[in-house]
Amino acid sequence: MAPPHTYDAIIIGGGHNGLVTAAYLARAGKKVLVLEKRPRVGGAAVTEEVFPGFKFTMFSYVVSLLRPEIIRDLDLPRHGLHVLPLESTVTPMENGDYLAAWGDHDETRRELYRHSPRDAEAYDEYGHLMHHMAHAVRPILGMVPPDPTSLDPRDLLGLLRLGRHFRGLGAERLHALVKLMTMSSADFLDEWFETDVLKATKSASGIIGTFLGPRSPGTAYVLLHHYMGELDGVFRAWGFAKGGTGAISEAIAAAARGFGAEIRCDSAVARVLVKGGRATGVALENGDELSARVVVSGLDPRRTFLELLDERDLPAELVADIRRFKFRGSSGKVNVALDALPSFTCMPGVGRHHRGAISISPSLAYVERAYDDAKYGEFSRRPYMDIVFPSMIDPGMAPPGKHVMSVFVQYAPYHLNGGWTDAKREAFGDAVIDTIEGFAPGLKSHILHRQVLTPADIERITGLSEGNIFQGELTLHQLFFLRPAPGFAKFRTPVRAYYQCGAGTHPGGGIMGASGRLAALAVLGDGA
Amino acid sequence: MILRTTPFHPRTAALSEGQAWRRWAGYVVASAYELSHDREYHSIRSAAALFDVSPLHKYMITGPDAARLLDRVVTRDVGKANVGQVLYTPWCDAGGKQLDDGTISVLGEHRYRLTSADPNLRWLHLNAAGLDVALEEVSERTAALSLQGPNARAILQVAAQRDLSGGALKYFHLTDAKIRGIPVTISRTGYTGDLGYEIWVDAAQALPLWDALIETGTPYGITPAGMLALDVARIEAGLLLIEVDYFSSRHALIEAQKSSPFELGLGWTVALGKEQFNGKAALVQEKQRGPAWQFTGLAVDWESLEQLYADVGLPPRLPTQAWRTSVPIYSGARQVGYATSGGWSPLLKQYIALAHLEAPFAVPGTAVEMEITVEHHRKRASARVTKLPFFNPDRKRV
Repeated sequence: MAPPHTYDAIIIGGGHNGLVTAAYLARAGKKVLVLEKRPRVGGAAVTEEVFPGFKFTMFSYVVSLLRPEIIRDLDLPRHGLHVLPLESTVTPMENGDYLAAWGDHDETRRELYRHSPRDAEAYDEYGHLMHHMAHAVRPILGMVPPDPTSLDPRDLLGLLRLGRHFRGLGAERLHALVKLMTMSSADFLDEWFETDVLKATKSASGIIGTFLGPRSPGTAYVLLHHYMGELDGVFRAWGFAKGGTGAISEAIAAAARGFGAEIRCDSAVARVLVKGGRATGVALENGDELSARVVVSGLDPRRTFLELLDERDLPAELVADIRRFKFRGSSGKVNVALDALPSFTCMPGVGRHHRGAISISPSLAYVERAYDDAKYGEFSRRPYMDIVFPSMIDPGMAPPGKHVMSVFVQYAPYHLNGGWTDAKREAFGDAVIDTIEGFAPGLKSHILHRQVLTPADIERITGLSEGNIFQGELTLHQLFFLRPAPGFAKFRTPVRAYYQCGAGTHPGGGIMGASGRLAALAVLGDGA
Repeated sequence: MILRTTPFHPRTAALSEGQAWRRWAGYVVASAYELSHDREYHSIRSAAALFDVSPLHKYMITGPDAARLLDRVVTRDVGKANVGQVLYTPWCDAGGKQLDDGTISVLGEHRYRLTSADPNLRWLHLNAAGLDVALEEVSERTAALSLQGPNARAILQVAAQRDLSGGALKYFHLTDAKIRGIPVTISRTGYTGDLGYEIWVDAAQALPLWDALIETGTPYGITPAGMLALDVARIEAGLLLIEVDYFSSRHALIEAQKSSPFELGLGWTVALGKEQFNGKAALVQEKQRGPAWQFTGLAVDWESLEQLYADVGLPPRLPTQAWRTSVPIYSGARQVGYATSGGWSPLLKQYIALAHLEAPFAVPGTAVEMEITVEHHRKRASARVTKLPFFNPDRKRV
């Protein structure tokens, strides 16, 4: 007789999805253990005091699409989740002008009108269409992807529901959806707008986390994500979390603990124990072995399948699929401690624009050129950047009167010519700061400390393969029933009692928690 | 201008982006400074919000019989309060029905300040018959600001150059202080259910005080905020509002429009042990028989709300501004009460309301239904009776 298992479920990795899975399993009465290799939970959603008094949202920096049902089911507000508004986006232009989108509709319209009366009108129509499309696509985020090749009644039913859903859209919207799925964001936006800086700023949201440029086909789809955030509207699942993204992880961890889950930090898992095609527990790097009825990996597909398991336990096709799965980390992060806010040439002084995003995307050509550098293995000399000042949204992020600046940077290819070195990292950091300095002269004199994170650093610190922030690119051939591999998109694996719950599964990255929840429901549905 | 402006108006008017003003006791105060009150609301819960609360009616009550007068008028035991304490209290008519509610600050031996929503000078004079007490209305002479939110203490400590920690200034206590040389009284009170303070100042010094607080508070995220933001916060805190959640018995046209403190969840303020006070006999009786109504919280069930909207093909629409209308509450086919204030709580991510329910239906956890209009049609959403307050952070008292 086998000895009784110590745990009902062991979750490998205390990222936000792993924590969500743990919380749902514990909520269902399971005895759950989360193992996190780092000293704190959160994975890429962590807040760290890197420089005394200055708290950095180290990697991920905004809440994007955190599922409302998770917020409710886990009672996250009671555990400290507080999402603050991040309402404006200002794009400084190279001629000293700017384009701004404010929280108020009339004001944004008037601002757009300044650039193009035609675009000011198109903007509303475009918004209306995207709202409908997002409404149509959103249910998919919360559904287990049906396999179109399977004859399993559950898959057929799922496909039927999906088919009905899309037919219900009507011709015009279905056509728009197909365009969104296939076109480049630049081409799609060209159909609507004439203002270059508007198209550049909008298209930038389509390239985040991918190794593609705004003129690469397939990038239009991600434009929808922004509108999905707006759909939650008043629910506000989009914004800046008080205390940074680490506070989201802490809230989910508190909820999980509240349901009885145990969370151990500084506990790296070396491999999953498999006996007779079934997972039986894990071996830690320190040699300890822990047994569980079910093991769930929150790590990315490469580590979930190829590092934690012995390849011999897996079908050869799956091994090949996972080897081909594209990570190609393309973004970096620069976190800066400031003694004063920078003054932008286009909007001198300190103003409300410091409470929103500053997008360094002055033209489509600028963003595409940034991609060109990366295509040939270099970081962008003049990168696309999304800048926020967390201390202006939550003053607790920096000492009173001081500030932190979070700079998301693209492109910084993981596979850099000659590889990443300390010197290259600093050169990359210089390129970032120099570029911002061009739009905000004097910035450099306010810098107290800077932290530069390349994709290689992201991989080294968080474990994310190739530093991809989404656990694998969010491109169409890696989404839905293809994420992470055909036949294994339902959170299960070929190894019985071994599940996957990370962003490498449907519906992918961003602090959504959707895959974590769906994985927990899969585990519970299997009667584990 | 027919309506009056407060002593802070030169500053608040300059900040008003949308010219959105609300009437309050004959004055105008900002509804919101920005075009949306969203950020102002969040500053209450995340940083610090600064409200102009000058329109409150304020009375100085002094003399050897000051406490006796107040004890005759209000339900709480004023005689037992220490100097430096602040009491929240309702007051009633002879029938035990609520006239008004406000605060009493014990400023010194025989020296009290009463604040109220309605004018009460005549009522105080009537009750002062035969007592050695001086009454003075100081509403216009005294300006007031309310600084509310987790950073409120840090800001005031810098501004007043003194310790205001929980040990130095307890919840519902006050102290005299100086801010940049301006004499003020700081009370640890507010209408948000959060860590917060109210600052009382001579109206002539209002503007320098405002400037000092804004300057000191800016590194801490101080944000001038208006009544729309306050309304959401006070509902989260379960704090009732006169003429919205209850009618003053002074204005009621029929008996059914009146409420007693017991019916309004204010039983804790009724000191039946006191020798005599307005409404005591009726309140003693009501306490024995148990109030017919209860004032309680309601949390609207999200799934039910989402379904009502999904039925017409829409995502849920939620009231971002608090509403203040009477909304029927049902249990099965029967109406068992009515909600008087409600709205979406951006912090709790819940649609919440304050409601009057027949006592048997007011037990926390009871499932009821609230009327909601979806695309011009009256529907009912499931809701659950919830204990008040909805939000009660430790920092409020610590």
